[in-house]
Amino acid sequence: MNLTEHLPILVVIIPLMTAPLCVLLDHPRLAWFAALASSWVSFAAAISLVMQVSAQGPISYWLGGWEPPWGIEYRIDVLASYVLLIVTAMAALVLIFAKESVQKEIPEQRIAYFYAAFMLAFAGLAGIVATGDAFNVFVFLEISSLATYALISMGKDRRALNASFTYLVMGTIGATFILIGIGSLYMMTGTLNMLDLAERLPEVADTRTVRAGFAFLTVGIGLKLALFPLHLWLPNAYAYAPSMVSAFLAATATKVAIYLLLRAILVIFGIDFSLGLMPLDNLLLVLGLIGMLSASLVAVYQRDIKRLFAYSSVAQIGYMVLGVGLANATGITSTILHLFNHALMKGALFIALGAVAYRIGSTTLKDFSGLGRQMPFTMAGIVAGGLSLIGIPPSVGFISKWYLVLATLEQNLWPVALLVLFGSFLAVIYVWKLVEAAYFGEPDDTRTIREAPLSMLAPLWILVIANFYFGIHTDLTVGLATQATSALTGGGG
Amino acid sequence: MIDPGLYNYWIVVFLMMAGFYVVISQGNLVKKLVGLSLFQTSVFIFYISMGKISGGEAPILVEGITVYSNPLPHVLILTAIVVGVATISVGLALVVRIHEAYGTIEEDEIHEQDLIDDETTEDPSSFSNGEKNG
Repeated sequence: MNLTEHLPILVVIIPLMTAPLCVLLDHPRLAWFAALASSWVSFAAAISLVMQVSAQGPISYWLGGWEPPWGIEYRIDVLASYVLLIVTAMAALVLIFAKESVQKEIPEQRIAYFYAAFMLAFAGLAGIVATGDAFNVFVFLEISSLATYALISMGKDRRALNASFTYLVMGTIGATFILIGIGSLYMMTGTLNMLDLAERLPEVADTRTVRAGFAFLTVGIGLKLALFPLHLWLPNAYAYAPSMVSAFLAATATKVAIYLLLRAILVIFGIDFSLGLMPLDNLLLVLGLIGMLSASLVAVYQRDIKRLFAYSSVAQIGYMVLGVGLANATGITSTILHLFNHALMKGALFIALGAVAYRIGSTTLKDFSGLGRQMPFTMAGIVAGGLSLIGIPPSVGFISKWYLVLATLEQNLWPVALLVLFGSFLAVIYVWKLVEAAYFGEPDDTRTIREAPLSMLAPLWILVIANFYFGIHTDLTVGLATQATSALTGGGG
Repeated sequence: MIDPGLYNYWIVVFLMMAGFYVVISQGNLVKKLVGLSLFQTSVFIFYISMGKISGGEAPILVEGITVYSNPLPHVLILTAIVVGVATISVGLALVVRIHEAYGTIEEDEIHEQDLIDDETTEDPSSFSNGEKNG
């Protein structure tokens, strides 16, 4: 038996099996180590998958040896391998950071369970990406969501409970909408395999059931990806969750939802149906723009920095959705690029905020006063992440915005391009607020603050360096994104 | 045999909207969960109706029967039922902890207390879980 043949399932199974292992070990440090080891193994598997896929094309893995469309198929194409790489890399890095942070924020007797829930969330996200079966998507979505609700509720502040409950209600409505959508499609085609669905749908595309299914799926995914105006659960959930959970979710959860949106509208329904026959392109364009501008504006007025960056996440989702709404190849490339780039910057920013929370126990703007001198490496990381968020060359943020602006100009939508630039300008304001407090504010002399420990600085600076490395060496990310786009829009995939 | 037509689907739509309305309109967190459960249940009926073929039998190979109902949606919905049970349990567990932390499970009262928390956000640890002031 050759192990590399089973990589598509191993990426999902390894974290999934680590979850019960963490509970059985029931020891904070052992559970952490198990989680860390398995996430690095998954990461290695994802790297190997990326190489396999780019060398030999999409991999189709038949679960239990049952032939699709009857059996469940796991399908790893360029885009899937790319998103798997993001998810596993972020899990691996966040877990290095987690050790100290979780020890401080979570009661000792709950740490092992905390890691178990984390591994379930991770396995669920990896599963959504790897599977090629529509119903499997729903199951993995619920695995990751249920674990996420538990993780968010572990936040120190009691508002975390309320945030988690709101997310539970909205997330469940979203998942149920997705279930209704999948049901309608199954009704019309009798299949759940995504590629099979794509083949059979055009025949029945003109029926009301398929259109209703399309609407339900899109709204359901919209809830999960926090598309404006369905984003209300996100700011509080990210703001009050434990630091490592915020870092992981901000870097991966919404990215996986965007991936799901691309899968649904481009692979299952096909670009002609979703963005041509249905008015989804204009809808996404408008909602993306409003989300981008309104969330950036709200972010400017936030006093809590974690919440500020949560709103900024909603705005960044606006950019990604806008790329899809433009409905041309460059736009979709910019969305896929921004998936990766936004994971890098928000991962870095939330890890840095976690380091601040570790040292001073709070992330309000007032507490940042003078931190630039007290925690120089952490604050430099935040500034670098912020520059990338604004889109200053040579950061990755610049690359994805460059492609987005190119895509708008291709469609002759120059007002949209101006609005995108205006959104960047708002990002300058809210990042500047933070820089001003950290570097020009007076430090509070009554407290002595040391620099964050190395286990936090290391993942932070790996991500910061990646932010600039991939901003200069764009071959890998742009190459993968262009390949993925041509596979998605060229049919088949 | 009487053809039920779209009768099942009307029930699905009614239950779905009733559940959805309860989720939106009720301020009590437990009632919200009841609505959510109703909403999910309607989808179970949707799937079960979809698999049933009028005159079809259970899919067990017996002589003389040629029309079978489709078992796949029924099996799928077993999974969804499990997911639904898990969701409601997690939701109820959260409500228990919200009650411990806020002393109430009414949305507007929780919101009021949250606003006070937002004002005095200096030291969130002083508002940690376990405080009862309802």
